[in-house]
Amino acid sequence: MTNSRTVAVAPPAAAPRRVRLARFRDLALVPAILLLVVVGAVIDPVFLTKANITNVLQQQTELSLLVLAEAIILIAGKFDLSLESTIGLAPALAVGLVIPVASNGLGTDLPVALAIPLCLLTGLAIGAFNGLLILRFKLSAFIVTLGMLIVLRGLQIGLTGGQNLFDIPQSVLYLGNAVWLGLPASIWICGALFAAGILALGFLRHGRAVYAIGGNVDAARAAGIRTDRVVWIVLMLGGLLAALAGLLMTGRLGSVASAQGDGMIFTVFAAAVIGGVSLDGGKGTLFGALCGVIVLGLINNILTLGGVSAQWIQAIYGAIILVALILARVTSGKAQD
Amino acid sequence: MTSSGAGTPAPTAATAGTPLPAVAARGITKRYGPTTALLDAGIAIAPGETHALVGRNGAGKSTLVSILTGLQRADTGEVRFAGEPAPSLSDRDGWRRLVACVYQKSTIIPTLTVAENLFLNRQGGGLIGWRSLRRRAADLLDAYGVAVDPARVAGELTVEQRQLVEIARALSFGARFIILDEPTAQLDAAAIERLFDRMRQLRDGGVTFLFISHHLQEVYEVCQSVTVFRDARHVLTAPVTDLPHDELVGAMTGDAGPLLSSGAARPAVPAAAETVLAVDGLRLAGFYEDVRLAVRAGEMVGLIGSGSSGKVALAETIAGLRRADGGTVTVAGSRPRPGSVPSALAGGLGYLPQDRHREGLVPLLSVAENATLPIAGKLGPAGVIAPARRRAAAQRMIDAYDIKTSGPDQPVNALSGGNAQKVVLARALSNDPRALVMVNPTAGVDVRSKESLLGAVASAATAGTGVLVVSDELDDLRSCDRVLVMFHGRVVREVPRGWADADLVAAVEGVRE
Repeated sequence: MTNSRTVAVAPPAAAPRRVRLARFRDLALVPAILLLVVVGAVIDPVFLTKANITNVLQQQTELSLLVLAEAIILIAGKFDLSLESTIGLAPALAVGLVIPVASNGLGTDLPVALAIPLCLLTGLAIGAFNGLLILRFKLSAFIVTLGMLIVLRGLQIGLTGGQNLFDIPQSVLYLGNAVWLGLPASIWICGALFAAGILALGFLRHGRAVYAIGGNVDAARAAGIRTDRVVWIVLMLGGLLAALAGLLMTGRLGSVASAQGDGMIFTVFAAAVIGGVSLDGGKGTLFGALCGVIVLGLINNILTLGGVSAQWIQAIYGAIILVALILARVTSGKAQD
Repeated sequence: MTSSGAGTPAPTAATAGTPLPAVAARGITKRYGPTTALLDAGIAIAPGETHALVGRNGAGKSTLVSILTGLQRADTGEVRFAGEPAPSLSDRDGWRRLVACVYQKSTIIPTLTVAENLFLNRQGGGLIGWRSLRRRAADLLDAYGVAVDPARVAGELTVEQRQLVEIARALSFGARFIILDEPTAQLDAAAIERLFDRMRQLRDGGVTFLFISHHLQEVYEVCQSVTVFRDARHVLTAPVTDLPHDELVGAMTGDAGPLLSSGAARPAVPAAAETVLAVDGLRLAGFYEDVRLAVRAGEMVGLIGSGSSGKVALAETIAGLRRADGGTVTVAGSRPRPGSVPSALAGGLGYLPQDRHREGLVPLLSVAENATLPIAGKLGPAGVIAPARRRAAAQRMIDAYDIKTSGPDQPVNALSGGNAQKVVLARALSNDPRALVMVNPTAGVDVRSKESLLGAVASAATAGTGVLVVSDELDDLRSCDRVLVMFHGRVVREVPRGWADADLVAAVEGVRE
């Protein structure tokens, strides 16, 4: 070992071209979206009308907010399954606290103006409680939030007596109904939140910390990042976004169903994974996740327009999501984790 | 100058006439529950020197590293940097300006780019300018002569490149004291040499190193002084020039004596012994081509080569983990189905994988379960595993291989590196293979455990197993009857026992006489 003296030069760096390509990985779903648009236009001329496109986008707003929340949580290397119950419980609790007993209210009759703050606070509190269990008590995020999913759904049914709430205050309905500059307000809100999220996760130190934590939590801690605090904030943000999604859904449908959000979580995860977010943490972008949402929304719309019978649509939709996951796996060339 | 014996070297005495030590730890005691990791231990490192810290697994080296880097607080004792008391544990930036550590476990985040790893959590306020961040990273890497594209994803780097990035990052904090925790364990010989060159350059620039390694030769090559820990205590500190090899080993193990001689006295293999492992015309594009070798019963054959020589891929092909493009592997007269591990095992092959953590052991299962995995079918009828028989079989292995464990039921991840490796070896030998293939069998294993591991291998050979030892470590190969050298995918030389180190290393590096 002593007589072999090599020049101290590391192997030359790989061609930068691959890196430049990597930056376009985000755009991987754009061709799929274009293809779906063409398919939709061929199947039914109604597809490309402004009314239909607006409708598709608006229907996806609640889902997209959950995906936004879930994507950030997944990038931080955690899980939150309870989002699909938060989207129901938060508005149900807030509305229940302000409407009279005659309308299935809880009898507290708080001022109506408090409905929206109460709803958002409920979301924050749920996220904070998840964080308490996961970070302080070191429980597995998967099983904690699975438990919370059931508990929160049960709470909503218990509090409302299993009834749908119809007597919704005007303020709560507003966001899901209003039209700003020719587009539903909910689309503007989602767009703005995604833009803010993309900016924060791409260009802010604290946003990059989320990636660092998901990539290697020990290394992140060694770099001086307060990992527990960041994850906690991310989980609270997730709850907040789910509550906001609940407000939008309530406004769009004009009521709080007792099963509001039931079964959404699979679609949320599917959109995130199709959009390139890794279940292992540290990988993926919010833009990719948004593309995942749009792909699923278009597929759903095309199935409806294509006249697939209502009894079969669920099975076909689920199967298509699985195929999309397989395609995403094959095209990315890496094992999905 | 040799301050032998227990206790802590007084930094003032050890560095009389010189400036304050760059780093001094005194009277450090650290306990984890009932285990004492460090007992009144210490170290004093003069500015600008490269100081080695050696000791067997469990001697307290890692604990000292975590105390010197401010990740843990000592129960008693103090740490000083150039005479100043160490910052408080919560002041991470303060620590990082004083000391940097390249840990065995990577602190690079694989999913982020090199540039972002370099400036993690200090990307600057406000919006991050990616272009300028990459430029700063490129400047930093240039300044230390590290040829890595800052825009690459860190997970794609080689171990060597990753270490260089970590060293550059460490230096960029202004730290002039760097701890390298077994940096050479995963590098091939050429990369180790490049690392040493770089360490010498940095030392000329005034950087102080604490260098931890199991390879004593490296200590002599790159360090000026050495500190030995044994059983949680400081044993001695001395300049390496004053300390012969055997004394150093003696200090580590607590007794002097010849080492790694086991197996040297094996009887010669009779010429008529049958061939138990034959490789003929084996090739795998990108790794090796037209490899031909034969191992006879009772023979030990070494295979050495640099990281790019294809030797590990060859071993993995023989074991059935990879499938060759062409050629044949014959084990004890039969040809296992290519690319099938069960078929190779059934054919009479034992295999000791390169990475015991990833491929060798199931960490949460007990010693008994790990040791008996391949012979589970023989422990009871119809797939049922009789616990009593498994325990008995495991206990036999524990006795035979001198595995230090609280019993067959202890989870295998609680064992030290050397003992865990013995479990892997016991398992590889559990179904009496005709041929045994081992890859880096003593990586990350202390001196004494090395000896007993190699002794166990030698006695298996004496009992008639043909052994192929694939390793970079010269000590692993000393008891081999002959050593084959691989270079760029071909077997280029064969040397009989009794080779000179320099010759073999020259052959590995492709230097022609």
